Amino acid sequence: MDEILDGLSEVTCDVLVIGGGTAGPMAALRAKKKNPKATVILLEKANVKRSGAISMGMDGLNNAVIPGYATPEQYTKEITIANDGIVDQKPVLKYAQNCYSIIEELDSYGIRFLKNENGDFDVKKVHHIGTYVLPMPNGDTVKKALYRQLRRARLLISNRFMATRLLTGADGRVAGVIAVNTRTAEFLLIRAKSVILCMGAAGRLGLPTSGYMFGTYENAANSGDGYAMAYHAGAKLANLECFQINPLIKDYNGPACAYVAGPFGAYTANNQGSRFIECDYWSGQMMLEFFNELQSGKGPVFLKLNHLHSDTVSEIETILHTVERPTRGLFHEGRGTNYREKMVEMHISEIGFCSGHSASGVYVDDLARTTVPGLYAAGDMASVPHNYMLGAFTNGAVAGEDAAEYAANVDFAEYDVADLARERDRVLAPTRRDDGIPPNQIEYKTRRLVNDYLQPPKVTRKYELAQQRFAEVREDMETRMVVRNAHELMRSLEAASILDCADMAAFSSLFRTESRWGLYHLRTDYPEKDNENWFCHTLLSKKDGKMAAEKKPIDPYVVPISEDEKDLYDKQRVRASA
Amino acid sequence: MPLAPSFTSVPVVVDNDKCIAEKGCHVCIDVCPLDVLRINDQTGKAFMEYDECWYCMPCEADCPTGAVKVNIPYLLK
Repeated sequence: MDEILDGLSEVTCDVLVIGGGTAGPMAALRAKKKNPKATVILLEKANVKRSGAISMGMDGLNNAVIPGYATPEQYTKEITIANDGIVDQKPVLKYAQNCYSIIEELDSYGIRFLKNENGDFDVKKVHHIGTYVLPMPNGDTVKKALYRQLRRARLLISNRFMATRLLTGADGRVAGVIAVNTRTAEFLLIRAKSVILCMGAAGRLGLPTSGYMFGTYENAANSGDGYAMAYHAGAKLANLECFQINPLIKDYNGPACAYVAGPFGAYTANNQGSRFIECDYWSGQMMLEFFNELQSGKGPVFLKLNHLHSDTVSEIETILHTVERPTRGLFHEGRGTNYREKMVEMHISEIGFCSGHSASGVYVDDLARTTVPGLYAAGDMASVPHNYMLGAFTNGAVAGEDAAEYAANVDFAEYDVADLARERDRVLAPTRRDDGIPPNQIEYKTRRLVNDYLQPPKVTRKYELAQQRFAEVREDMETRMVVRNAHELMRSLEAASILDCADMAAFSSLFRTESRWGLYHLRTDYPEKDNENWFCHTLLSKKDGKMAAEKKPIDPYVVPISEDEKDLYDKQRVRASA
Repeated sequence: MPLAPSFTSVPVVVDNDKCIAEKGCHVCIDVCPLDVLRINDQTGKAFMEYDECWYCMPCEADCPTGAVKVNIPYLLK
């Protein structure tokens, strides 16, 4: 079982999409639609049918810009404020302008959206300022609906191949990818004119406090491989120090979920059952208040539903226990938690990278282009902030169209065969040892160190110690890691991605010597926001084989933010009324 | 360093009476995002080979005979 075989095949395509979760299928569909003659391959580490963050569907759209409820300009303004000003507005505005047409497209796939008695979309308010949350009554069918479209378009799907490194040409253009079969360890070289990375969050970075390595918020398959691959290909990564940290059901480590229950009247409460935050929308500023409450005598923090009518609770249960993370129901049953009687204990998650909720991603412009020619990124791993599922669909579509156009106008870039040989040696090294350290121990140690040293509040000396420990783990990984089969080989490659992300998290956090985004980048030795020096992006990249960081100015705003609006998200704490 | 075998309780349970893997059904194995299910050589039935579960449910939801049950992993239940 999972026996390691020797093999290498080569295929070519015009557009290669890596990752079959949310952004990837949409990117592949749009690339094919844009140029029906193009060969489009969708590569997936698991199986496209149920892969990615929305494996079991999603309860709603968290950032829908619906005419009559909000304008693209209002949304752009809200996200700019929510992300503490560090936003290139052009991609956000473009998303906001495009997303309604994507909703219509999803509707044509058979995905339904909540409508009121007048037949209009029934959008709910969760954000601090505007109204953007649109429930999906049959949200459990999203992946199946997407899969039907992929079959209909006759796209080439390659499941169970894990991309390990991008190949680039001497001219710096993307040339293709090296992948390895997760059940046989056979290699696949895919030469492509353009490549779209849709590989999800780095969701297996910190270690859940339960100690269960796969008990993560994100789909645990999302181990940051896309971030690592983009880094090694020379792409720039933006604002990685803006971590993802989420308020979750304690131990279960999934959403509670205030976005669903909030519009019904539920709210986040302290141990006295009192509200302490104005708004349950996930921002760094909200997470800081959540953290402060947890640390205080009023902790822990709960989701409170026990004041709601039993019928309302039943309605909420129907959503929460069938979509996104359906085992929530089983978890509560095991603990004897009935929403009608008890509040749900919550906690803050371990850290990760995910632009879907925060802003840490591979840098992209408004056409989803990375800084490597021919290489695109979309979804949770691309730098468009607070992007959620609808952002993955919308920007996946943008990436697919532009990548198809790019591919139509270029030839294949020539890669260096020595790069292929080097990568095969790197991948197979753990298969050539008889004893040593298994990948789960390399991964566990990395992630335990991430918790010990990188979890905010961030302390410079702790970060420097983390870098020393990571270097030791890296030495062990490169010289002593051992695997016995193809499945463990996949885990060993993921362990390498996780360690790369841990190093990037430390490096980028040390670079930005200020505090910003509430808890996400709270540096105890630089506790203040420093707009004079740090109102900018940070870009991390690989230069001469080493990590480097630089500042990048924020593009001039296209939607102006007035002085009295700038800090609206800083005012999260409920104030005593006069 | 030498290696030790170790054992662990796994959250996914397959009812062998209901499982039809020996007839060629691989649905649960196909849909698992973490790829942790396999066919047991002796019984011909599906089982959880690797304790790397996101307790996400596709294996249970998509099983055509209702043979698969996802439990909450012990460490966090």
